[in-house]
Amino acid sequence: MDALEIARWQFGITTVYHFLMVPLTIGLGLTVAVLQTIWHRTGNEHWLRMTKFWGKLFLINFIMGVATGIVQEFQFGMAWSEYSRYVGDVFGAPLAMEALLAFFVESTFLGLWIFGWKKLPKLVHLATIWCASLATILSAYFILVANSWMQHPVGTKIVDGRAVMTDAWAVFTNNTALITFPHTLFGAFAVAGGFLLGISWFHLYRRRKAGIDTVDANGYVIVGEDTSRGKNRDKTDYQVWIKSLRIGASVAVVAFLGVALTGHEQAKLMFEQQPMKMASAEAACHDGTGFSVLSLGDISAHGATDCDDVVAVFEVPGLLSFLANGNFTTEVKGVNTLIPEYQQKYGEYYPDDESFGAYAGQKIDYLPVMEVTYWGFRLMITFGGLSAAAAALALWITRKGTVPENKWISRLAVLGIAAPFGANATGWIFTEMGRQPFTVAPNPQMGGVDQVFMYTAASVSPTVTAGELLFSLITLTSIYAVLLVVELVLLTRYIRGGVASAMPELDTANHGDHSDSGNNDDDDDVLAFAY
Amino acid sequence: MEWLPTLWFIVIALLWCGYLFLEGFDLGVGMLIGLGRPTEKRKRLLLNTIGPVWDGNEVWLITAGGAMFAAFPHWYASLFSALYIPLTMVLVALIFRAVAIEYRGKAITVVTRNLWDLALGVGSLLAAFGVGAMLASTTIGLPLNENGDRIGGPFAWLTWHAVLGGVAVVAFCWIHSLAFLRLKTDGLVRFEAGKLVSRWLPVAVLPLVAWVVWVLVTSGSALAWVSFAVSLIALVIAVITGRNHKEGVSFAALGIMLLGAMAAIFLAAYPVVLPSTLDPAFDLTTANASSTAYTLKLMSVIAAFGVPLVVAYQAWSYWVFRKRLREEHIPETHRVTSIVN
Ligand code: HDD
Ligand code: HEM
Ligand code: HEM
Repeated sequence: MDALEIARWQFGITTVYHFLMVPLTIGLGLTVAVLQTIWHRTGNEHWLRMTKFWGKLFLINFIMGVATGIVQEFQFGMAWSEYSRYVGDVFGAPLAMEALLAFFVESTFLGLWIFGWKKLPKLVHLATIWCASLATILSAYFILVANSWMQHPVGTKIVDGRAVMTDAWAVFTNNTALITFPHTLFGAFAVAGGFLLGISWFHLYRRRKAGIDTVDANGYVIVGEDTSRGKNRDKTDYQVWIKSLRIGASVAVVAFLGVALTGHEQAKLMFEQQPMKMASAEAACHDGTGFSVLSLGDISAHGATDCDDVVAVFEVPGLLSFLANGNFTTEVKGVNTLIPEYQQKYGEYYPDDESFGAYAGQKIDYLPVMEVTYWGFRLMITFGGLSAAAAALALWITRKGTVPENKWISRLAVLGIAAPFGANATGWIFTEMGRQPFTVAPNPQMGGVDQVFMYTAASVSPTVTAGELLFSLITLTSIYAVLLVVELVLLTRYIRGGVASAMPELDTANHGDHSDSGNNDDDDDVLAFAY
Repeated sequence: MEWLPTLWFIVIALLWCGYLFLEGFDLGVGMLIGLGRPTEKRKRLLLNTIGPVWDGNEVWLITAGGAMFAAFPHWYASLFSALYIPLTMVLVALIFRAVAIEYRGKAITVVTRNLWDLALGVGSLLAAFGVGAMLASTTIGLPLNENGDRIGGPFAWLTWHAVLGGVAVVAFCWIHSLAFLRLKTDGLVRFEAGKLVSRWLPVAVLPLVAWVVWVLVTSGSALAWVSFAVSLIALVIAVITGRNHKEGVSFAALGIMLLGAMAAIFLAAYPVVLPSTLDPAFDLTTANASSTAYTLKLMSVIAAFGVPLVVAYQAWSYWVFRKRLREEHIPETHRVTSIVN
């Protein structure tokens, strides 16, 4: 592997990893804010318990998002210095704004929220979680502006061989960004919805299995209690899970409708802005209108000519045109038509320039890896669709107030949690790899070689060695692997602990006297929470 | 608009100062927990002094990086790629540190908890060292070619001045955290921290002073010497007030000492931001490394709005958590038990 390939692997791994935490942070953050608001309004104990429990899981996950995010911020300069030099004038701005306007709010107010229970006035405390949660959403906007500019550069021109910002408004209202932003947010809510649904299902199922909750002749739930042995599975506990389940399932269903609608808009833009991505998402060699549900053959064809091997096994006529253009007849250009177009516009060979390293003067492969784009696109939709269907089914199954005492159905809950994560990851992999061979894809409305675009081959740091890159790739990847296990173990432990894991005062199993600290009232609010 | 790059140079220098000042004591506290031998209760006390604020402090680093990217893309690109290996270590260190702070209390066995403490201690130490080495490199220079790319292989950055910068920041963080603990705690910890500060303050800042002198002798401007003088005066005040138990004044004076020292370091080579040790013609300066006036203007508007806001609410959060902590305040650890069978 050469330096470029290692750098790409590293970037892909670190970002996809970061994006395992990100959607859960965004989705759960808002969920917790809403739950706490409802508690504030109604004063019902179960809303408080929900706030605390989901808040705890949110924090366990959040910290991993922070830890992996810093890597993102640094790696542009470290591994992609040519890219940073070329785009910095435009791309740096949203990154800096994200840090200044979003990350500061997020981290400071989350600190206030965690340690501020009982210390801050209730309403102020509620406001802190809203600030933190809205800041995660704001941060998503800024980073997606940056990413969308790479997909579709606007508001920019070339000066002295670098991209320079000419119109900030255009950059920050890039149509790609405005549609990617809601799509990604809905994706995040799909994750949070599935998470709530799956975990609540698990607890309701265990309550049924332990005989705490039973059903009457018509299948309606009869809620019971088990507070023996410090179990603390009282009636409020039941409320926590059933409400979380139904909220989660509803969010998941709505989120799926949201991703589908926004995704459709994205596909239309992609058709205009990155036609090659569209064609390779379809493994479509020839112009046509059908959406392939399954294509077989050598879809990994590189270099276009043997692309003819692809056989569409099952095609929905007109659907592709609908996706791309909103009608059923517009022809979507296939790979064989597009490659000569790209070659004519941007050249057949990489410039013979040392910044292209080993790629200088080589033939440019305009076709992304079709296996990845084709399956990435389909997996995204499939994962999302599966989890939405599961959520809708769950809403129906639980209409009488509890879940069936069926082991297999409850095992599916785990799948329900995982599928939306899969959809997010495959969505990004598709988006990013479909953009190849560019890091900054050319904007087709803007002309040819004299326009703002950049090849991946010319983006990597010229004098950073393959050894250095390999060192960081191996180091970071192994750390990530270990930390993923740690996070999963912790999440599992806190999930199995139920609400009491986030509310020690509920935990009757710990007969320990929790008030041995801060005996006198004045001290009580010094530390309402402690690490 | 000649002055815009200069303005942004100042902003970035201030962001780095803010980072060192705030995260400085977090890193120091991390080292004390992980590398010293405090009791479990003491460890938790120390950790909770920074609990609500450490993440907000770390964002100063992220913002400093982001601002360099936006305002001086060449500076960002050259410096970060040249320091590939040390920055990788900084990243690893920061990952472990962040995760350890959140997860150490959730460990069940003593062994895993001790491992997290080690991660916290070593992570804090390495992060401080790496940042120091990086700042030293940017003031004294790196072997950059005409494109601004490092030559000479992965360890070209490893020089005596990089090591000195690293050591200087580590030592500063250590003493700074003790000065901080004097303010944030009560009881035995406060007393012990006070004793250590009184005794070690002059010694602990020696590497920092040596670093400044090195930079000033290499390329000192008049202004830089002036701020060095300010820094030394602040140091004297910090030492004297520290011995007289004026904890707040001493802490503030130490902060000013840091500010003066950093200002001297950044100002010394101005308008050069990153010298090339190969050829002065390859130096990166505020003029040739910066973004366009358009972008800098945009960023200035954002910063004029954002920076005061950040300072205001961070100050507020320090105020909210202003009470001194004592060991008696630390509640028992809550052991999570499974409620399902
Ligand atoms: C759609 C949303 C999104 C995307 C595409 C990314 N991130 Fe992210 N990032 C977040 C959404 C987010 C977040 C939700 O705001 C996080 C997750 C956990 C957290 O603390 O904030 C976060 C954390 C986070 C942090 C730590 C912030 C802190 O300490 O509080 C940094 C430095 C970055 N990210 C930087 C990046 C960069 C440079 C990315 C591009 C490659 C990136 N993120 C992709
Ligand atoms: C603003 C946010 C983002 C920016 C600026 C960005 C930028 C980049 C850059 C510079 C590369 C390296 C060049 C390349 O190989 O294409 C890349 C590759 C990649 N990115 Fe992104 N990315 C962003 C977000 C994401 C996210 C959130 C993910 C997924 C979770 C992601 C997934 C990938 C993958 C998988 C690759 C490797 C693609 C390949 O090597 O072909 N990206 N991206
Ligand atoms: C009918 C359903 C969907 C359609 C039609 C759709 C469409 C699209 C399209 C066209 C893109 C590529 C945008 C581009 O590269 O220009 C994309 C990207 C993406 N999708 Fe979807 N999508 C759907 C479902 C989902 C689901 C269920 C999720 C997650 C739960 C998801 C998450 C993502 C993510 C994270 C990206 C990458 C970021 C972006 O470019 O927005 N999508 N989607």
